[in-house]
Amino acid sequence: MTLRTKSSLCCPWRIALLIFWSANALWALAPDPSSAHGTNIFNPTSTPAKSIADLSLFVLVITGIIFFVVFVLLLYSVIKFRARKTDDGREPAQVYGSTQIELAWTITPILIVVVLFLATARVIHAIQDAPEPAGAVDVIAIGHQYWWEFRYPKLGIVTANELHVPVSNPDHPTPTFLQLLSADTDHSFWVPELAGKTDLIPNHPNRLWIDPQRTGIFLGQCAQYCGVQHAKMLLRVSVDGPEDFANWVRVQQGPGVEDASAAAGRRVFEDNACMNCHRVDRTSADGHFGPDLTHLMSRATIAAGAAENTHDNLRLWIQNPSAIKPGSLMPAMKLSDADLDAVVSYMETLN
Amino acid sequence: MSAITTSFPNTAEWRLPYRGKVAMACLIVAESAIFTIFVVAYLFYLGKSPSGPTPREVLETPIFYTICLLSSSLTIHLAAKCQARGIGFAFLGFWLLTIALGGLFLYGTAREWHRLIYEHGLTISTNLFGTTYYSLVGLHAFHVTAGLTMLATVAVFGLSGRREMIRSDYIEVLSMYWHFVDAVWVVVFTVVYVLGR
Amino acid sequence: MASDAITVPVGQVQARPWVDELHQWVTTVDHKRLGMLYILSALLFLVVGGVEALIIRIQLMHAHNNFVSPEVFNRMFTMHGTTMIFFVAMPILFGFANYLVPLMIGARDMAFPRLNAFSFWLSFLGGLLLYFSFVGGSGLYGAGNAPDVGWWSYAPLGARAFSPGHSSDYWTLSLLVSGFGSIGTAINIIATILSLRCPGMKLSRMPLLVWLNLVMSGMVLLAITPLSAAQIMLLIDRYLGGHFFDTQAGGSATLWMHFFWIFGHPEVYILIIPCFAFMSEIIPVFSRKPIFGYPVMVAATVCIAFVSMSVWAHHMFTIGMNSYANSFFTLTTMAVGVPTGIKIFNWIGTMWGGRIQFKTAMLFSIAFLFQFLIAGLTGIMMACSPFDWQLSLSYFVVAHFHYVIVGGILFAIFGAFYYWYPKMTGRMLSERLGKWHFWLFLIGFHMTFDVMHIPGILGMPRRIYTYEPGRGWDTLNLIISIGAFIQAIAILVFVLNLIISYFNGKRAGNDPWDAWTLEWSTSSPPPAYNFAAVPTVMSRRPLWDLKHPEDPDSRYE
Repeated sequence: MTLRTKSSLCCPWRIALLIFWSANALWALAPDPSSAHGTNIFNPTSTPAKSIADLSLFVLVITGIIFFVVFVLLLYSVIKFRARKTDDGREPAQVYGSTQIELAWTITPILIVVVLFLATARVIHAIQDAPEPAGAVDVIAIGHQYWWEFRYPKLGIVTANELHVPVSNPDHPTPTFLQLLSADTDHSFWVPELAGKTDLIPNHPNRLWIDPQRTGIFLGQCAQYCGVQHAKMLLRVSVDGPEDFANWVRVQQGPGVEDASAAAGRRVFEDNACMNCHRVDRTSADGHFGPDLTHLMSRATIAAGAAENTHDNLRLWIQNPSAIKPGSLMPAMKLSDADLDAVVSYMETLN
Repeated sequence: MSAITTSFPNTAEWRLPYRGKVAMACLIVAESAIFTIFVVAYLFYLGKSPSGPTPREVLETPIFYTICLLSSSLTIHLAAKCQARGIGFAFLGFWLLTIALGGLFLYGTAREWHRLIYEHGLTISTNLFGTTYYSLVGLHAFHVTAGLTMLATVAVFGLSGRREMIRSDYIEVLSMYWHFVDAVWVVVFTVVYVLGR
Repeated sequence: MASDAITVPVGQVQARPWVDELHQWVTTVDHKRLGMLYILSALLFLVVGGVEALIIRIQLMHAHNNFVSPEVFNRMFTMHGTTMIFFVAMPILFGFANYLVPLMIGARDMAFPRLNAFSFWLSFLGGLLLYFSFVGGSGLYGAGNAPDVGWWSYAPLGARAFSPGHSSDYWTLSLLVSGFGSIGTAINIIATILSLRCPGMKLSRMPLLVWLNLVMSGMVLLAITPLSAAQIMLLIDRYLGGHFFDTQAGGSATLWMHFFWIFGHPEVYILIIPCFAFMSEIIPVFSRKPIFGYPVMVAATVCIAFVSMSVWAHHMFTIGMNSYANSFFTLTTMAVGVPTGIKIFNWIGTMWGGRIQFKTAMLFSIAFLFQFLIAGLTGIMMACSPFDWQLSLSYFVVAHFHYVIVGGILFAIFGAFYYWYPKMTGRMLSERLGKWHFWLFLIGFHMTFDVMHIPGILGMPRRIYTYEPGRGWDTLNLIISIGAFIQAIAILVFVLNLIISYFNGKRAGNDPWDAWTLEWSTSSPPPAYNFAAVPTVMSRRPLWDLKHPEDPDSRYE
């Protein structure tokens, strides 16, 4: 039986890895000022996200301490108790166990678990069981393959993919409460800087609330695999100041624009199968399978964030949705160029 | 390789459970888990069918056939005892009676399903009740059928005079399975015909 | 191979024609051969699953990449997950259990050798069936495609309406078939352990590997069966018009989730417990001390088995359960960390005061301890359900479970290879190639899976075939992908080692590691009948007693 000694070759590698790991973590976690509203869970702007971030830091500190202690013990044992050439084949003392030590390292983790659990339970209740105050905005979010439908029942608004909510003053909070439904498969509403994610499950309504305290655009996307274009079911939440929000509501509540110059395009829209899926106010189109297009031009993106709302993208989308989002459920309409141009002109009047 | 250490004082007393019984016990545990899931689904969906026949409207409690099945547990127990004592004729008689009672139970299930399908229009695709009812009762009936197949195999050996193929160990294992099937029926019966209505 | 009698010198036995040899292998009921068949088939699927992972990583190297279409990508992650869990990890662990358990308890074979063979071939058939979907699963999108519903096949995505064609059916059937094989093996292992132990081997004297495989098999009986039940329900929905998970008819999507995770969570413990078993055999031998706290290790494992049956909904924190349910599962999930942590402490306690030899098997074991610790701690983070509302369904959780499965399970399996390959083949694996394998794999593993936590924190969800530029995910994904390739190279080195050492490795002898359990008392490889005379044991380390008659373990137990 040969004994092999090993210098502390493992040691520098372990430390290097540790430094690499921590540096990455720290670098990544620091909010990047250039993308003020990114998708960093440690850059929260709304109470649910903030409570989660605070609790998370507490958990990270505790787990960090545990890691440090155990890692040091492991490292120490690997270095101190390595076989040396001077052992000459003797076996070390055969120790079978120790009841006191076992008790110590059973009781301590149990206590840690109790502390962590109590801290966590508080936050669970604070977020999930929060009552809805009187001034809250109500939104019904319905998940579709692969777009979001947003309805504001009390305001009479129906829109798609881009959610507008008022900024909330912590002294007089005006949160937004979303009821989450689904028209087909499971989805998940995740805007990291505003709240943790909650799933949209058919036949199982859920509830989510946010009270963003800064204006701006907040990004997110569907987080529950829902099919081919799950990756392109993006979310765009616009947190507006009180005036901007009131303006937006007024526009959305307003009737559909009737622009005589786009009459040809409107006829193409109504003659083709477009109206089977889409709704446009003040026309005969009243489909519910696809997004409501009444105020299409008030949105910055189309196809649930897959492309910017520009003339070229709109034209490409109508001509061949698979060019932008292969597998999306909108069929290529196979319109002639003239019809296509007319319809796009019509779409561009829908403010 | 010689013995590892000095000989174990009483090697003759080193008795471990019979592997067949251990295996059958494990199988019963596993099957119980499967049945539990189907029972949970049944209970969860009670009262949730949006349309179609409800349990109260269409189910008739199969008392007679349940008695048949539960008695077959008694007869198989008696058969096992007779076999252990070497009374071949009685063993075979009770064994065949067990098979007959089990077969009668299956016939009862078939009759009930026929009535449900043709008189009440309840199929597995009608509503949640239909789906969960046929799945649960059908799963049980499948296990009864599998059991009857095994019992029939033993009966064939017995009837053709190959008595030495029928060992007490095997009979004990098979009767464990049969008792399990009956126990499952007690649960299914309670859930479907008692609680469900 | 194993059929040579140990007393006949190698070279004097006339080699059989290869057709005969193949026939022997295909019809074998010998637990050692079946064990090796399990391991070899798992290695094959490991390579296939690895290629699928590389395809995923290439596609994700930068934003809006076009390496594969979204349809293909979705099939890749579904097949990767399904393959790795069901056709790599489970078979390889069953293979080691098959090989080692009878040897360690002094038995000649498993309790039911033919059931053993049947179970193996069922598992293998399941794997073939899954991959047949590439040619057989017709659907609206054209002839032949693999399942693309994720390895959980959440309802209603798995229903006929959303998964037309047969791709989902291949997923369902292959898992159903191999599930029955797993149940058969579990029954076999339990019956073997309870009924075939050699005289003197009371339950309190069994090696920990045997104990842990007993616990694992018990869990298989209770965990695989809910999945089988759910899959039967899914087939009823898809083919008989049933409504179990049909939300349009009042069915519940969340019911599938509960059933799936009642299987899915214990499943991951089923995968890790045999790896704990490997660690409990390898670390003592290379520390030259017995395992610290044997009774506690057994109790902790049984505790883990029970508690792990009550934590399943921590995979469902985001589905909208009420706050009481979320709190309950938070508590149980944190609680299961306690016995798990105790085991880590006991392994360190085993090394403490020892004379550690840094053979390749031990290197993998030490890395296991480090990585499993981290994996457990990220698990605690996600046990905290509000934190999980951010981390779930993102790359953080992907990083966590790969840390467990690759950093924990795969490292432990590599350790087991280096430790028991000499017993199985009679040759030592090259230590030099082993060290290359270890360091390359370690670097690749950490490059990929340490970094992978960060995109999760930065909001990157999982199962997306591409992502938007400007979210800060690009460079990170590139680094992750490079690490994946380094791991692939390390696996190649490993496979090379397996092959080269088989022909050129140093002859191992009975007991190359100076170990203490019964398998090291046989020749390498053991004869078909394992032991010439059934041994009798007086302690947990029978070979220690033999080698140290002045200080036997039996005096202290």
